[in-house]
Amino acid sequence: MNRWLTWAWVAFLLTLPLWMEDQYFLHILITSGIFTIAAMSLNLLLGYTGQLSLGHVAFFGIGAYTSALVSLGFDLELTDTYTFVFAPRPVWVAFVAGIVVAGMSGWLIGKISFKVRGAYFVIVTISFAEVVRLVALNWVDLTEGPMALNNIPPFTLAVPGVWELAFFHKLPNYYLVLAVAIVSYVTVRRLVHSRIGRAMIALRENEPLAASAGVDVTRYLVLAAIVSAAMAGAAGGLYTHYIRIVDPDVFLFIYTVTMVIMVITGGKGTLAGPIVGGLIFGILPEVLREFASPEVQWIIYGVFMIMIVFFLPNGIVPALSAWWNDRFGATPSAGGPGTGLPDLEAATRTAGEAT
Amino acid sequence: MSAGNGTAETVLAVDDLAVHFGGLAALNNVSFDVREGEVASLIGPNGAGKTTAFNVITGFQPPTTGTIRYKGQSLNGLRPNQIAEFGVVRTFQKTSVFASNSVFDNILIGLHRQGASKTWEILLSLPRVRKEELWLREKAAEILDFVGLSARANELGGALPYGEQRLLEVAIALAADPSLLLLDEPVSGMNPAETASFMDMVGKIRARGITILLVEHDMRMVMEVSDRVVVLNQGQIIAEGTPDEIQQDAEVIRAYLGHGARRA
Amino acid sequence: MDQFLQHILNGTILGGTYALLGIGLTLIFGIMRVVNFSHGELYTFGAYIVYLFAMVLSANFFVSLVLAMVLGVVLGAAIEFVLLRPLRGASIDTTMLVMIGAWIALQNTEQLVWSGVAKSITHPFPAEPLILGPVSVSWVRVFVFAVAVLLIVGTHLLIHRTRLGKAMRATFQDRETAALMGVNIGAIHTATFALGSGLAAAAGALLGPVFVVYPTMGDLAALKSFAIVILGGLGNFMGATLGGFILGFVEEMGAGYISSGYRDAMGFLLIIIVLVFRPTGLFARKERVG
Repeated sequence: MNRWLTWAWVAFLLTLPLWMEDQYFLHILITSGIFTIAAMSLNLLLGYTGQLSLGHVAFFGIGAYTSALVSLGFDLELTDTYTFVFAPRPVWVAFVAGIVVAGMSGWLIGKISFKVRGAYFVIVTISFAEVVRLVALNWVDLTEGPMALNNIPPFTLAVPGVWELAFFHKLPNYYLVLAVAIVSYVTVRRLVHSRIGRAMIALRENEPLAASAGVDVTRYLVLAAIVSAAMAGAAGGLYTHYIRIVDPDVFLFIYTVTMVIMVITGGKGTLAGPIVGGLIFGILPEVLREFASPEVQWIIYGVFMIMIVFFLPNGIVPALSAWWNDRFGATPSAGGPGTGLPDLEAATRTAGEAT
Repeated sequence: MSAGNGTAETVLAVDDLAVHFGGLAALNNVSFDVREGEVASLIGPNGAGKTTAFNVITGFQPPTTGTIRYKGQSLNGLRPNQIAEFGVVRTFQKTSVFASNSVFDNILIGLHRQGASKTWEILLSLPRVRKEELWLREKAAEILDFVGLSARANELGGALPYGEQRLLEVAIALAADPSLLLLDEPVSGMNPAETASFMDMVGKIRARGITILLVEHDMRMVMEVSDRVVVLNQGQIIAEGTPDEIQQDAEVIRAYLGHGARRA
Repeated sequence: MDQFLQHILNGTILGGTYALLGIGLTLIFGIMRVVNFSHGELYTFGAYIVYLFAMVLSANFFVSLVLAMVLGVVLGAAIEFVLLRPLRGASIDTTMLVMIGAWIALQNTEQLVWSGVAKSITHPFPAEPLILGPVSVSWVRVFVFAVAVLLIVGTHLLIHRTRLGKAMRATFQDRETAALMGVNIGAIHTATFALGSGLAAAAGALLGPVFVVYPTMGDLAALKSFAIVILGGLGNFMGATLGGFILGFVEEMGAGYISSGYRDAMGFLLIIIVLVFRPTGLFARKERVG
């Protein structure tokens, strides 16, 4: 049933551009998709290891800037006589570089901040994002500061000498984002259903017990941070080559908050949660735009966030799957001892088994 | 039950251990051994330092002085998960399970150490990862069967009745494949029938070749299952010997009566 | 050397208001276990209240300042009552998310009411600076510093010399025991949040006339408050006071000797360094995060 649902959903997204001609709507889907990838990456940390990273936008921004700079090339005057010249590289190389550099920053921040937990961890991650934002703003030689990096090349597909397609249009970008989203989803899914994912969940649930059973706490937190950061970096790279301009505002705290809202609304620690949340908060602004100013929209978001915590603390997906089980009478032992999954989450966990 | 393993090899050697919290000594000059295959018990009135000793052995609390060796390997300065790698696994005095995971998943988490799949293998979902996963699931089912929780596999750990949570806790520890199992007051809060069946379980665990170090207040259980008993009082060892010897020991009786400890 | 002295002076003046922000946040964390993301909004709120009374309604400048603090206390009490009271005992992440929601809603309400255009507040102090040998400082900043110090000392006395303060300290030490001893924990939480909020509003009211007032001014203030509180150790009153001054100095020195663009980065670098080498803060006795 759930596998069927996943495939129907993928098929729907694949065929959507065939009958949806509204280019603006396609644009909304692309940006929602990019944010959904970022939300999925945050979910790995927030939902599965239980660490509230409020600096997540840093990895998104690092991916965006790295990818932009590698594809544009840059000069750095290191001393009066020596200038480091970095020639432009193909966009795909740049994209991968963005993922790698973001992953490395995830490793760094993981190493330094997982000594601390709770409120301390939150504040370290915020500080990290702010420092990176200020560097992007002030290191004008490299980043152009507030003037932004412009004319960033789009992705291209080419058979050398025969055929070339630059992704100036929405359609190829749409499919690219969809492809990266699927890869991200599969990555998270495979991780959380493995011994690694169980180790992460164990840390979230009961750290001393996990440690006494032999789970290397730091190792798995750092691993989660690396994967999560790399994935956020991929989202940043997609963003930068689609929008084709990047300025220090990509590091604003408000984007982290958007990702957090997506994850907790959809349901943290569920595979489908960030997707549901990402689509709601990707499309909601467009619906609200008709009759509400941006300020009012944000007020609604803020109130929404409070309401979710008060009334639906686990998010939409767990609530829906609990409702589904009640309504259609799936008994608690339906999974059988072989699967060992609580039914509450079965809907999300078994989704996409074949992938 | 005393099997008289006097000749068996020492596996755990605690030597001159001291733990100070500020000016207070929770443990002082504590030395004792645990021998291969035996059930050793650590008893004493509340606050005698039993749990502190457990915390130090399993790496949750650094000792102020003293050494701990397991099978010749020093455990000093190692983190709990590294100590678990040597086969030293504990349970906690306050019931501790993964409350919002199913009982089956609790065991799968406990089996962490027995899996070997690497991150990249998992990301590529290699056949051997899937095979290992199936093997782990079989193993988990086997352990649940061993502790008698098979019927509860799909319930949430936190939803089990108290006595069964304690069993689950032991099952998680067993999943981590211990050669030395430290049980911290495993039957506290159990009713007499549950306690009796837990005592059988101790025998079964021991039959698997697992050495046991037990902290327990239930004297009837201690005297029945232990080969040797070490008595702590106010951070120091006041007696050590077979259950029979301990029951005759004047100082032990005085310490217990003096503190009004729980009776069996 | 003169320049160095000038930096020291500026750092001290700046540190006073930072300390004000920091102690409000640290009290709320220490007593309530709440990471208050709406702290910066109370700061903004204080500044706008002064603007409203002093500029729009042409009230007396000093009366406007007092009103800002009083209304900050009222708003803080209201937030605690509506949002935090129902969540008492919830996890730290839960209350943090609620306070982030409150922060977004409050900030955009300011934006809606006042628009994004920065406002300036005129103050009755002379434009010529006060010259002290080789260094100088504007009169309004001297006033701001004096009031900040008064408020810090006042809060200190409140905590150490009054019955309310005693109950707050008892709650800080051990909530359960305090409750058993008859302390009304709910009332203490409301009082603490109101007090912390009032101090943040005071900081905003004092700095509004020095700088300009705009809806997002609280963001950096909030982030810096976190830096101060981390420096001093979460929940540590004296630590937050000292942390405020340290941040003031470090920012001035960083801006003066490294680059003014990185002024605001100093606090965050300090946080990261402190947490790597001394995770419980510079002055902490013991980690207090559970």
